Amino acid sequence: MASSSIPAGGHSDPTRRDFLMVATGALAGVGAAATAWPFINNLNPAADTLALSTVEVNVTPIQVGQAVTVKWRGKPVFIRHRTPEEIKEAEAVPMSALPDPQTDNSRVTDTAKKVRPEWLIMIGVCTHLGCVPLGNKPGDPKGEYGGWFCPCHGSSYDTSGRIRKGPAPKNLVVPEYLFSTDSLVRIG
Amino acid sequence: MASSHGTPPVFNNKVVAWIDHRLPIFSYIEKEYHTFPTPRNFNYFWNFGAIATVMLVLMIATGIVLATNYTPHVLMAFDSVERIDRDVPQGWLIRDLHMNGASFFFIAVYIHIFRGMYYGSYKAPRELLWILGVVIFLLMMATAFMGYVLPWGQMSFWGATVITNLFSAIPVVGESIVTWLWGGFAVDNPTLNRFFALHYLLPFVIVAVVALHVVALHIHGSNNPTGIDPKGPQDTVPFHPYYTMKDGFGVVVFLLVYAGFVFFAPDYMGHPDNYIPADPLVTPAHIVPEWYFLPFYAILRAIPDKLGGVLAMFGAIAVLFILPWLDTSRVRSATFRPIYKWFMMVLVVDVIVLGFCGANPPEGFWVPLSQLATLYYFFHFLILLPVLGKIERPLPLPPSIADAVLKKKAV
Repeated sequence: MASSSIPAGGHSDPTRRDFLMVATGALAGVGAAATAWPFINNLNPAADTLALSTVEVNVTPIQVGQAVTVKWRGKPVFIRHRTPEEIKEAEAVPMSALPDPQTDNSRVTDTAKKVRPEWLIMIGVCTHLGCVPLGNKPGDPKGEYGGWFCPCHGSSYDTSGRIRKGPAPKNLVVPEYLFSTDSLVRIG
Repeated sequence: MASSHGTPPVFNNKVVAWIDHRLPIFSYIEKEYHTFPTPRNFNYFWNFGAIATVMLVLMIATGIVLATNYTPHVLMAFDSVERIDRDVPQGWLIRDLHMNGASFFFIAVYIHIFRGMYYGSYKAPRELLWILGVVIFLLMMATAFMGYVLPWGQMSFWGATVITNLFSAIPVVGESIVTWLWGGFAVDNPTLNRFFALHYLLPFVIVAVVALHVVALHIHGSNNPTGIDPKGPQDTVPFHPYYTMKDGFGVVVFLLVYAGFVFFAPDYMGHPDNYIPADPLVTPAHIVPEWYFLPFYAILRAIPDKLGGVLAMFGAIAVLFILPWLDTSRVRSATFRPIYKWFMMVLVVDVIVLGFCGANPPEGFWVPLSQLATLYYFFHFLILLPVLGKIERPLPLPPSIADAVLKKKAV
């Protein structure tokens, strides 16, 4: 640091002044970072946004083969009452055929570890760039694998919501959910 | 640079002289915009810096007026924009000026960038001038993107969703960054609020960087169509009245075309889906950004991998920052570079092809075409420019600007 003030050939041992310079500079840096933090953290989700993070749904009216979309955290959540054929199809897929391997069972387990293969609950947001895939409404295209199809960039999901074809890297995300009774599910 | 810089101006008006003695704004204007020695051989491509500046001022003026009637809330934003169009006196005009102004600002800047590339304006000693220009371009893109979100139509919402989701491609911290950008778990009211705040702020940041751009420009002066430096007073003319008049003429012609769109086809460059209020549960079948982003959007989609696509898109702009060092030729102007001249035109065609690829759904032949065009874009900057500078034999340069101009006249 102070080497420029030391004559050529002199040995540049750190002096007391060098130490004070570095210590003061470091403290100023820490202070600046500590001051910047509230400004950065201020942009994170606020308490009222976080408070909206659960939603309860009564699933009794959803018939076998039907699906509904509910809004959770500003995003669509798909709840599909799967037919036995769809469940069988999803369970039969070998892991080697999946870009993001997950068993069907692991995708229909609630936070109490109870498996309900008839209820598939997922965030309806394509893992590519965030479009809402089609496949919940009766007339919608369901893609080559009978699940969901994203019209934006052509990703196809199977009856377990797992990515099978297209640019999306991951399966549709299964949120945390809990069946408090057989008919009432809490998402989030 | 040249001799006319020498004597300080004498002001006859006593008030002007009094102020100038304390704050030399009049001397500054005199020196930088009146006597400033400027190459005598500018063609009309040299108008577009002035035109872009006029568009920037126009965008800020119309934007401030619009902000007085706009409400940045998810339940009211769409209706407040409709109210500006229908109920606010001359609101339709101010909004159409602002909407089309964005497009015409980009038109001016794209021509300005082409001018810089064709005539080698980025070469020594103007590298920082060029880099500041690329910074302005990036700031414009951010500002335009956030402005497009404000009307809170379907394209606003889903454009914002897709573009912010680009950051989720970053390994490990991507998802947290996206939540931080949104201020929630999806594009929602906090997102709209902060985009409005930033959309109002960034234009003034652009003004500041434009000021630096002009300061850097006035150190070594403008490049010119021959690419050779002025060698004396015979090569230059004072900025005023020669180029104030020429710029003024160019600005008026440009504004005429702009006014044609504003009054007769105000929605021509927009997208009809943005007149549908935003619906977070329904994605439009075909999401496209505004036309000025289409080439970059095509590069994003050309790579069949999420992270790769995002990197390629940002890389397409990143290469512009290092362009002064990628181009190894010491001759600035393409006029004297017989091979580069043609490749420059191929690049223009390539970027237009990318634009069409970005506008069409990623199916059929559009996919390989956009991949080919993306490959060529990077080939041009990363391979062709460094190699071409070594192997190309430039044409003989004229001895001076005056020689080049007078010889042309004689023919």
